[in-house]
Amino acid sequence: MWDWSYAWSIVPELIKVVPITLIATFGGFAVACLLGLPIALARRARSRWISWPVTWVAEFIRSTPLLIQLIVLFYALPNYGIVLSPMTAGILGLGIHYSTYLAEVYRGGIESVPKGQWEASRALNLTKAQTWLRVVLPQSVPPTIPVMGNYLIVMFKETPTLSAITLVELLTTAKAIGSHSFRYVEAITLVGVIFLLLSYPSGLLVRRLELHLKRRERSVEAK
Amino acid sequence: MWHLLPPLLDGMKTTLLVTLYSIAVALVLAFAAGFGRLSKSRTVRGVTLVYVEVFRGTSLLVQLFWMYFALPLLLDVRIPAMSAAVLALGLNYGAYGSEVVRSCVLAVPKGQTEAAIALNLTPRQRMRRIILPQAWRMMLPAFGNLQIELLKGTSLVYLITLSDVTFRGMVLRSSNMTETPAIFGWILILFFIVAFALTRLIRFFERRAAVGRG
Repeated sequence: MWDWSYAWSIVPELIKVVPITLIATFGGFAVACLLGLPIALARRARSRWISWPVTWVAEFIRSTPLLIQLIVLFYALPNYGIVLSPMTAGILGLGIHYSTYLAEVYRGGIESVPKGQWEASRALNLTKAQTWLRVVLPQSVPPTIPVMGNYLIVMFKETPTLSAITLVELLTTAKAIGSHSFRYVEAITLVGVIFLLLSYPSGLLVRRLELHLKRRERSVEAK
Repeated sequence: MWHLLPPLLDGMKTTLLVTLYSIAVALVLAFAAGFGRLSKSRTVRGVTLVYVEVFRGTSLLVQLFWMYFALPLLLDVRIPAMSAAVLALGLNYGAYGSEVVRSCVLAVPKGQTEAAIALNLTPRQRMRRIILPQAWRMMLPAFGNLQIELLKGTSLVYLITLSDVTFRGMVLRSSNMTETPAIFGWILILFFIVAFALTRLIRFFERRAAVGRG
């Protein structure tokens, strides 16, 4: 059933759309990183008028499917006069969806800084900016880096969903190739292989980074 | 706006059915593969590792397409969309779940195993009576999150022609484009309600698992 020469012949066609998938992934990740920060800060806000609605909206976005959110961005917004290209809608959808996940990562990072650090900063008369930039962030950012790396990989694997809003990425291309020749096996399997080849090594890299950071943290503590 | 609800709720039945079946398959696979990863046999460990990495490393939608379009051609059988959907969702989230099972079993303090050995419990009793109840309690929150991810993942089955809630929404939309925002607004709300209910359910299990334990 599996035809090697046919499989090799469609590889270039598939490789050609890999950049589209990567643009959507990194674009979405950038949006998610930027949008995650205000969400994390708003959820920590002292005023309930800010933290409560933001918490619920983030919870809503996180527990509803990305596919439906993409459909809303791509098919429902034109009813209000906002027309987005498939790529823009895809990047925005991915970004907004995963910003709620990254907000949790940021929040966890900030909360992992012991209370004594805040108190010490106050005792040392540091300004708010100094406290954040010199004390809190240097401690809360490193542990979040591997987690963010994992989310980047998760987002990469979510990009086939963008085929539903007509973005011509890997899966759409594979389906088109398949329907031409009615040979779905090679095309779809190859897409899986491409995803595995890109995401598995990245996953290993993230794991190594995580171990490295843990070891460094331990050596700092030992000192 | 209310006239949209009955057909969408009808589609929601399919969504819920796919969710329930897939959760059942995923749970069984999570335990099978989780223990497989901890097996003494190198072959079992190797096979489960490949399963877990392949299904975690490729995308859910690619797996759905593969089960629906490629597998029937390979095996020369017809696979109903429903079976393909449950198979793909179950295998995918089973792979993620196996990592939860593995890490939680490993997280039970070693002293518990030692104490069980000292009390002359058989390996089977040790696992069933001592390790698993403690590990289960640790697994529940992670399983809760995976459950929500699985529920969201079921929306993709529309792309392999299953008539779930998304499919119904698209059909409704094709008859009246101006209602698009209302249709998909409803679908989002329906998913949110189900996710909320599933979260409550897991909380209930968490409380039950915590009874009588520190």
